[in-house]
Amino acid sequence: MKHVVASLVLSLFSGIAAAQAYPTRPVTLIVPFAAGGPTDIIARITGEYYSKTLGQQFVVENVAGAGGTTGITRGAQAKPDGYTIMMGHMGTHGAAPALYANLKYDPVKDFQPIGLVAGTPILIVARKDFPAANLKEFVAKLKDPAAKVKQAHAGVGSVSFTTCTLLTSQLGVKNIVAAYRGTGPALNDLIGGQVDYMCDQIVNLVEQVKGGSIKAYAISIP
Amino acid sequence: MEFLGHLALGFATALSPMNLLLAFIGCLVGTLIGVLPGVGPIATIAMLMPLTLKVDPTGALIMLAGIYYGAQYGGSTTAILLNIPGEVTAVVTAIDGHEMAKKGQAGTALGIAALGSFLAGTVATLVIAAIGAPLTKLALLFGPAEYFGLMVFGLGLAIVLARGSVLKAVIMVVLGLLLATVGTDLETGQDRLTLGIAELSDGVDFAVLAMGVFGIAEILRNLEHPESRDVAVSKIGRLLPSLGDLRRSLGPIVRGTGIGSVLGILPGNGAVLGPFASYALEKKLAKDPSRFGRGAIEGVAGPESANNAGAQTSFIPLLTLGIPPNAVMALMVGAMTIHGLIPGPQVMLKHPTLFWGMIASMWIGNLFLLIINLPLIGLWVRLLKVPYRLMFTTILLFCAIGIYSINNNPYDVYFTAFFGLAGYLFIKLGLEPAPMLLGFVLGRLMEEKLRQALALSEGSFLTFVERPVAAGLLVLAAAVMVIAVLPAVSRSRAKAFQE
Repeated sequence: MKHVVASLVLSLFSGIAAAQAYPTRPVTLIVPFAAGGPTDIIARITGEYYSKTLGQQFVVENVAGAGGTTGITRGAQAKPDGYTIMMGHMGTHGAAPALYANLKYDPVKDFQPIGLVAGTPILIVARKDFPAANLKEFVAKLKDPAAKVKQAHAGVGSVSFTTCTLLTSQLGVKNIVAAYRGTGPALNDLIGGQVDYMCDQIVNLVEQVKGGSIKAYAISIP
Repeated sequence: MEFLGHLALGFATALSPMNLLLAFIGCLVGTLIGVLPGVGPIATIAMLMPLTLKVDPTGALIMLAGIYYGAQYGGSTTAILLNIPGEVTAVVTAIDGHEMAKKGQAGTALGIAALGSFLAGTVATLVIAAIGAPLTKLALLFGPAEYFGLMVFGLGLAIVLARGSVLKAVIMVVLGLLLATVGTDLETGQDRLTLGIAELSDGVDFAVLAMGVFGIAEILRNLEHPESRDVAVSKIGRLLPSLGDLRRSLGPIVRGTGIGSVLGILPGNGAVLGPFASYALEKKLAKDPSRFGRGAIEGVAGPESANNAGAQTSFIPLLTLGIPPNAVMALMVGAMTIHGLIPGPQVMLKHPTLFWGMIASMWIGNLFLLIINLPLIGLWVRLLKVPYRLMFTTILLFCAIGIYSINNNPYDVYFTAFFGLAGYLFIKLGLEPAPMLLGFVLGRLMEEKLRQALALSEGSFLTFVERPVAAGLLVLAAAVMVIAVLPAVSRSRAKAFQE
């Protein structure tokens, strides 16, 4: 569901001429999130291979802030010569226009897509002793107002938030929702049993599911 | 004793020549970069993480952990010498550490910080090895309501931190709380108090605020009276703590280690409270609390130990739950993932050599830090003799580079300059920045936890009474505030009667 795309700044004139020799100097790869996050990891791993294949260093520059829009704005304003590329994703190029009133870039017009790098599926997970054995029972619980099911999410606009919001709006249910800043604290309270369920990217949850400290009901296919 | 077997496995891994070398390089590089004013552990690890990509995962993590301790210790060095705390936990060190430096006791302060950190690190390593895994269960008892109680308790400490007027401390705490509300609202995603500046939508960065109100403000004040400053630092004094210093520091080190170890285990970034709690405790226990804030060695020894113990035990939630408790640990998760290891409850079982090797390397790293830093103290202290007109320009330059490197954002540099001017104003008004920084750090967490607790209880405040741990912490917080305020109240009343 969440696609990570490498986007290239639109290069109308220089693009073709430079295509023969590109790249002749190091390329800046802007990651619009902090070092160590899922997007950064994907950029660093693939960046290694760009460097090896193309014979020039691809330097990852983390420009974090405002849900990734700070870094993408910086990239959109860079010289469109192909030496500034970005690792965008569903948040920066899909959700951002709906969430940020003063977005300084047009996700479609201001960029030239290069390619799809990776897709990360989303999991619906619950605390390990939540009284529902499968997705069907889980949905029944969600629909039962007396069950007072508590949902955690990683922040308004995050993948964790949009996925679970889609789920509850499709089912037409309203449950108790607690907002957290990031997956870490939300997951902590899920493992501790303070909340009942959450949705998030598989990379953030898989080890806890395997270890049995939480259980998974469903996976989305990207 | 199962844990002896684990430690043996760990040391067997960590003592391999390659891993020893990596731990040493990590500590050295971390110290050298961390000692630059404005460059804290987060910036240091983020900058140096690519260096570790070529090494095997165990070695890479050992090196990163070394960079972390090194940068943390380097941050204390700038806090003591230049009054520039690189991160939250060094704020407390700056209070008495810099006063000691002004009195010509910089070497003693740096020495006791290194020794205290080493002892705390040794104890914390044993704590992690022996009871790390069971302690995790305790940490999970802490839900939003309990964290809220803990944060309120922390605010009580802010009042104890105050050197002078309690009223002024309260004003600064409230200012810190207000600054913490700048940024995106947790539940609605709306911008709050950002004045329409997009760069403020993630709130004010701690490093920006600390660097401004401590570092830049200190420079402005020194420039006002350059002569008095040069006199103050021209006498260097002894480089290592005397026996008397050590005797006075032993209690604070032991207590600080205990406090730091326990708070570090809490996944909700409880480690930040460690140094503050230790300082408040030592001030309360001291025969003459008025020495605190004027260069009391206990005010350096206790918090530094708490800081280092917490820095280490904060690895427990990462290694056992797979949850990073703070920004540095989040970077470690990234590093582990790049090496194909996803941190989680199974790391301990699936990769025992990595897990125990890393824990053993913590102790080795602490030993290296001591070995690297004791000889360097003389060098750092001599740096103070550099003429101020050269020094302050260099500090400003490094501050600007360090601040910029955190988010690669020029606005952060402007904000730092702004807070520098604000900090200068505070000095002129006799307001202390430390309570403000504590309020700032706790404010964001406190608001989050309060709103989460209320969301989960469907708006019922009874949740803070019904949950025993939360209720207990709130009672404790009330007690601390009463104890802290009462003497001040009775003093001022006594004064009023005299007049």
